Amino acid sequence: MASALSNLQRTVSAPVVRPRALRDPLWLRLTLMGVAFLFLASFLLLPLVSVFAEALRRGVGAYLESFNDPDGWHALRLTLLTAAIAVPANLVFGVAAAWAVAKFEFPGKSLLITLIDLPFAVSPVISGLIYVLVFGAHGWFGPWLSEHDIRIVFAVPGIVLATIFVTFPFVARELIPLMQAQGKDEEYAAVTLGANGWQTFFRVTLPNIKWGLFYGVILCNARAMGEFGAVSVVSGHIRGETNTLPLHVEILYNEYQFVGAFAAASLLALLAIVTLVLKSAVEWAHARRHG
Amino acid sequence: MKLKTITTLLAATALAAVASAKNYELLNVSYDPTRELYVEFNKSFAEHYKAETGDTVTIRQSHGGAGKQARAVIDGLAADVVTLALAYDIDAIAEKTGKFPADWQKRLPNASSPYTSTIVFLVRKGNPLGVKDWDDLVKPGVGVITPNPKTSGGARWNYLAAWAYAKNKYGSDDAARDFVTKLFKNVPVLDSGARGATTTFVQRGIGDVFLSWENEAFLALNELGKGEFEIIVPSLSILAQPPVTVVDANAKKKGNLAVAQAYLEYLYSPDGQRIAAKHYYRPIHPEHADPADVARFPEVKLVNIDDEFGGWQKAQKTHFADGGTFDQIYLKK
Repeated sequence: MASALSNLQRTVSAPVVRPRALRDPLWLRLTLMGVAFLFLASFLLLPLVSVFAEALRRGVGAYLESFNDPDGWHALRLTLLTAAIAVPANLVFGVAAAWAVAKFEFPGKSLLITLIDLPFAVSPVISGLIYVLVFGAHGWFGPWLSEHDIRIVFAVPGIVLATIFVTFPFVARELIPLMQAQGKDEEYAAVTLGANGWQTFFRVTLPNIKWGLFYGVILCNARAMGEFGAVSVVSGHIRGETNTLPLHVEILYNEYQFVGAFAAASLLALLAIVTLVLKSAVEWAHARRHG
Repeated sequence: MKLKTITTLLAATALAAVASAKNYELLNVSYDPTRELYVEFNKSFAEHYKAETGDTVTIRQSHGGAGKQARAVIDGLAADVVTLALAYDIDAIAEKTGKFPADWQKRLPNASSPYTSTIVFLVRKGNPLGVKDWDDLVKPGVGVITPNPKTSGGARWNYLAAWAYAKNKYGSDDAARDFVTKLFKNVPVLDSGARGATTTFVQRGIGDVFLSWENEAFLALNELGKGEFEIIVPSLSILAQPPVTVVDANAKKKGNLAVAQAYLEYLYSPDGQRIAAKHYYRPIHPEHADPADVARFPEVKLVNIDDEFGGWQKAQKTHFADGGTFDQIYLKK
């Protein structure tokens, strides 16, 4: 049945036999395509090109020279470290939350779903301020932390916490609808056949959700590396210590080192492009498997 | 008590003598336009300290609008020293955290200000609008760029300079208030810090006159667009004193007290004064600076915050606190 349906779809989408009623006039198709391309080019492609154009304005030599900056390298390392902690943390949390929401009924479930969405709803600046208010010197835990010489805000832990908060929903939001659509039947079958909880998870659930999971992780990673607002509030902007790459771009720009600023920005853009390529590869592989 | 202090001091000295070369890491939390100054000064201090004591000092910098930076230190940013745009912001840290005494400004010479500056006008090449003095800024159609006095130290100096000019010329606070009201009607954008405002004027090309720190104006003049701008010196401006102090409790906790004090004292040394002048800050000991650097500073008639406004505490309360004159004139707009 399923394969017959997909065959039918394939025939329908082939232009030759498309029924006349389903065909849009050529001018309409061209206009729509033109508008879409123009919009994409002016709002997405142009800024991206300008980043690289500005970075290379004084030539490749100056571009490469601008990477010869220990603070810049430190910012890059900190950005990667932050992502390396935030992404796995949200991976575990996201799977656990999606599993709980999709497979079980429990009181407070809608509250949990709402809470998962919270970081999307509040402005990143607020997300940062929350941590200053909780862990800052005059925050709830401020005096205790200071007594025990633990630094959270204006130090690396604060940056990691703020990033985890902001990237919280990506994995869970990606998985919840997928797992809800898949239902519980396969898990029931596994349990009936004697699998324990972990076996069910690793052999049945995980293979089913792995593409959605990849996708969520990639989005989560992109945001973790690019986050500016929340991190800016908790960072304290100490060069060579608590500056992430996006913050470093701002600093360089404010110091009139435009080539350096755009070079660092181009590095971030490259990381984003790598992420997008990975994302497309995942989608392509997924489509091929299920095609 | 005294005996205890002396023994501690002796013990510390003995320990210092015994211990071999140490590594220190200082955090200097500063305001926006000092970025270039401290890059060079930090390098010079580290070399000086190494030669003197054999110890290595690494200095970390954090920059931003002075008000915002003060807030971060109050919230726990572990600054060993603060070098901010005006005394009020450092007062706020002392008052809210108690990490150093309220009379901190008496601890170093010249009200703890190793360098001073003033407020000048930056105009575009050829001065197309013929701006000569403060009166030209309130004419209709003149675009004036200044950051927001609520967040920027430099902008508060701008505001007070304009106020002082009008009060001296027209004789009363009411006249000064009308004058500043008219001036702010000509301000199209309020950036949060001095750097943002410089970028607005220089890079984005907005406005006709930029009310700026003298050092920031020189930087724009000499390093951003050679030949594109001119500095106009008004008939009267304000003596801006950006002060410095050690945040005792933070420095003590990190074992940095001595090196932090040495760091700030070095700002007053011949080397420190020379570097300040090089980066367009007016040194308090011009004899130590390169005469060519000193010759760049134009003569300006300067009023002083204590004489004109009764000190920063009072000026802040009257003009910049919630409901102060700035709120009144700007909200009315």
